[in-house]
Amino acid sequence: MARLIRMDQTGHTTVAEWRADDPEAIEAAVRAFREELDRGYFAMVSTGEGQAEQVRELPVDADLVILRLPISGG
Amino acid sequence: MAAEPLPELAAVHWRPRVDTQRLQRTDALWTATTIALVEPLAVPVTLAAFAHAWVIPELYAQRGANVVRPKRSRAPVEAEARSVGLLGDLVGHEARELHAGTGLVLERGRLGAWLVGPAGALLVRPGGRRVLCYCVGVNDPELPSGDRIAHLLLALRSDERGFATVANLAFSGARWRVRRRLAAATRPALDAGAAAARLLDTRATP
Repeated sequence: MARLIRMDQTGHTTVAEWRADDPEAIEAAVRAFREELDRGYFAMVSTGEGQAEQVRELPVDADLVILRLPISGG
Repeated sequence: MAAEPLPELAAVHWRPRVDTQRLQRTDALWTATTIALVEPLAVPVTLAAFAHAWVIPELYAQRGANVVRPKRSRAPVEAEARSVGLLGDLVGHEARELHAGTGLVLERGRLGAWLVGPAGALLVRPGGRRVLCYCVGVNDPELPSGDRIAHLLLALRSDERGFATVANLAFSGARWRVRRRLAAATRPALDAGAAAARLLDTRATP
């Protein structure tokens, strides 16, 4: 089961879950994904050891998509 | 030999004629004047210059060390545990253990070995002798510390050079200078970062 999670004040929240053979779940996940991006979150996917990539469309084949807030110099 | 006095003496007729005793007196007076006028100024100026040269880098090193100073989290205990669990999923066993002991996560990059904390990161350059301290974070004070680190870690992993550009540099200098200003519990992280940085090729960095 693939997951879209958002890092937040609770630690993290699962925003959506889907399986590649479940079009309805995918559609719901894509909708949730876009809503979170509209709220200012960035979506990140691990692409190997020590590597990650920002994505602007939900990668349906990914196991885990993490939503993070923007960072800035303190 | 009874020499004829120099005719030029007439031009300096007010000066007493030099003899051995007068030379010794002149010598002593010169030294006394030097001590009286120069030394009282030289000593404090030297001390002030030395203090300046020592204190200023120390103050900056303290500023650098502060970017990873442990701070009490405002998040509930459950949220902290949950965020650390997610962070643990993102890093390997070695980094998890280091985080548990020091609060920092070690991440090897192309610019050097990074030690990422909730509100900043240290970059140990290849070779392990130089450290850059960056103040960087996510602007939500209620986020648990594990999530704060995960935010920085994911940004770092997606664009290391961009990460170093966004972050504010607080200090750049010798590792030993930063290490002595770190909390005792945090120092092993810097040692681990230095060990990792020593293995990096100094010529391979972008």
